[in-house]
Amino acid sequence: MSWFTRKNKGITTQNQEKKEIPEGLWYQCPECKHVVTSEQHAEHDWVCEACEYHEKIGSLQYFSIFFDEHEWIEVAEHMKSADPLTFTDTKNYKDRIKTTIAKTGLKDALRVGFGKIEHENAVVACMDFAFIGGSMGSVVGEKFAMGVDKAIEAHCPFICISKSGGARMMEAGFSLMQMAKTSAKLTQLAAAGLPYISILTDPTTGGVTASFAMLGDLNIAEPKALIGFAGPRVVKETIKKDLPAGFQSSEFVLEHGFLDYIVKRTEMKKRLALTLSHLK
Amino acid sequence: MEIYLEFESPIKELRQQIEKLRESEKKNGVDVHTAIEDLERAVVEKTNEIYSNLTPWQRVLVSRHPERPYTLQYIETMTDGTWVEQHGDRTVKDDKAMVGGFGSIDGRSVMFIGQQKGANTKMRSYRNFGMANPEGYRKALRLMKLAEKFNKPIVTLIDTPGAFPGLEAEERGQGEAIARNLFEMMRLKVPVICIIIGEGASGGALGIGIGDRVLMLENTWYSVISPESCSTILWRNTDHKIEAAAALKLTADDMLANKLVDGIIREPLGGAHNNPNSAALHLKEAIISALNELEKLGVEERTQQRIEKFCAMGVVQQ
Repeated sequence: MSWFTRKNKGITTQNQEKKEIPEGLWYQCPECKHVVTSEQHAEHDWVCEACEYHEKIGSLQYFSIFFDEHEWIEVAEHMKSADPLTFTDTKNYKDRIKTTIAKTGLKDALRVGFGKIEHENAVVACMDFAFIGGSMGSVVGEKFAMGVDKAIEAHCPFICISKSGGARMMEAGFSLMQMAKTSAKLTQLAAAGLPYISILTDPTTGGVTASFAMLGDLNIAEPKALIGFAGPRVVKETIKKDLPAGFQSSEFVLEHGFLDYIVKRTEMKKRLALTLSHLK
Repeated sequence: MEIYLEFESPIKELRQQIEKLRESEKKNGVDVHTAIEDLERAVVEKTNEIYSNLTPWQRVLVSRHPERPYTLQYIETMTDGTWVEQHGDRTVKDDKAMVGGFGSIDGRSVMFIGQQKGANTKMRSYRNFGMANPEGYRKALRLMKLAEKFNKPIVTLIDTPGAFPGLEAEERGQGEAIARNLFEMMRLKVPVICIIIGEGASGGALGIGIGDRVLMLENTWYSVISPESCSTILWRNTDHKIEAAAALKLTADDMLANKLVDGIIREPLGGAHNNPNSAALHLKEAIISALNELEKLGVEERTQQRIEKFCAMGVVQQ
C-alpha cells in the first residue's frame, strides 16, 4: 500500500492513448531520445537530426541511399545457404536458415546490386546484420565474388558496405575460407585496375575485418561504428582491464591509421562519388 | 614419452608393465625378455588401434600435446644446420610468436615462416602461446617479399590457437595485418606451401595460410574457431566442446574431403610427439615432393591456380 494513490488514472501520463499509436509511425533516437516521424527519419537516411546517431540499417536502405533513382539490378538474388557440414548445435543449421529467411525476408547476409552512383556505373555489395549477425558463410563469399566479376565485366568500381559479427560458425572451414576467397577476388579486381572502396559500418568485426573490410583502396567508415578484429568482450577478458573510452570506434581506428576518412551517412554518397571521380 | 593423454592410458599401463618387468629382471636376474617383447608388440598394436580411431576431439588434444614438436624444432631438424633466423617487421618490433628465415632443404634455399609455441611455462609466455600480434603477420609478409625478391620458395608452418586478441593488437590493426597477408600471399610469384603442424585456429592461422599446397599433418585441426569457443558461443558454455569438435569437421580427413586443404601428411605411430625426428622427415619429404611439382609451373600459371583454388571454395544453393 503506497502513501499516495492516484485518484484519476491517465490524466498526466496518457497511458491508454500512447499504447494506441501504431508502431512504426514514430522514431525515438535511442541516444538522445529525440522523436521524429519515421518518414522524416528515413528522409534523413536514418540518422538522428539532433545527435547524429546512425541507426543500423539494412542493404535495401543503403541501396536506396546510394543508387541514383533507387534503381539497381540485383546480382544472384535467389542464392541461399546450403548446409555442407550438416551442422547442428542447439538447432540444426538448415532450420536456422529457414527461420531466418522467414523472419527477415532476406536470403542471406549479403546483397549485391549493380546501378549508378551520380551517373556512373558501380557494383555495391552490402551486408545485412539481421541475417545471423551478418555472418560470412559460403553465400556471402560467392555473392561477393560475383559482385567483383560484375564490376570487372562492367569495368566499374566495386564497393562493399560491411556490417558483420564475423565468420559463420555453422559453415566452419568453409566460412574461414571465404576470407581467402574474397581476398583472392580482390586481387583480380586490382589486376583489372578497378577501385575497391570498403565502407565499414556498425559493427564490423572478426573475419570480415580480417579480410575484405580492411582491403579497400580506401577504407571509409560511418561515425562511431564498432570496428575491430576481436570483439570488445574478448579483448577485455584477455587484458583483464576495462577498455578505454572509444576503444574500437571508427574515430579510434582512424586515429590509428586504418581508415581514410569517416563520413556521415547523409554525406556518404557525395563523398564517395567525389572520391571515385579521382580514381577514374 | 612421459605425458599421456587420457585416452592413451592403455598404452601407459602397458609401458608401466614393461618397466616393472625390467626392474624385476635387474633385481632378481629372471629372464623376462620374451614377456617384454610381447608387451612391446602389444604397445604397438594398442597405439595403432587407438590412433586409427581417434575422435575429432582427441585429435584436437593430440594437436596440443605438450611434447609435440613445434615450428623451430621441425625447421632445425629439416634444414640440418643451415637455418638463419631473421627478426623484426621493420615497423614496430620483433614478434616472438612468429619466426622466420632461410634454411636449406634438399639443396634449395627455402624461406620458412611459422608460429612458435613455447615448450615450458617461461617460454610459453615468451612466445605468447603462439598467438601473433599484427607485427608478427607483418614480419611474415616482409620475409615472404624477401623470398619473392630472390626467387626462393616459401614454406609456412602453422600452429596457433589464434591471432592475439589484445588491446595493442587492435591498436596496431590485427584485422588489417591478416587481411593484407591474405591478399599479398595470393599473388606471390614463388611457390608457397602451407602446413598445419598443430593447431590451425581461424584467421590467425589463415594469415600465413594462403598457398599453392595447403597440407595438414595427420593429428592436427583447422577451422574457423576452436571447439571450446564454438561451444561457448553456440551452446553458451564449454560443456559441448566434444560435440563442437565433431560438428566443425576440423580434422585433416574432413578438411581434405571438403576440398579445403590439398593433402595430409602421415605422422609416425602414436603421433608426432612419439617420434619428432620421423615426423620431421615426413614433413621434409612432403615439402620436397610439393616443391618438385610446383617448380614445374610458370609463375602466371601457379598464381592463377592458387587464386582459382580459393575462389572455388564454398557450397551454396542457387
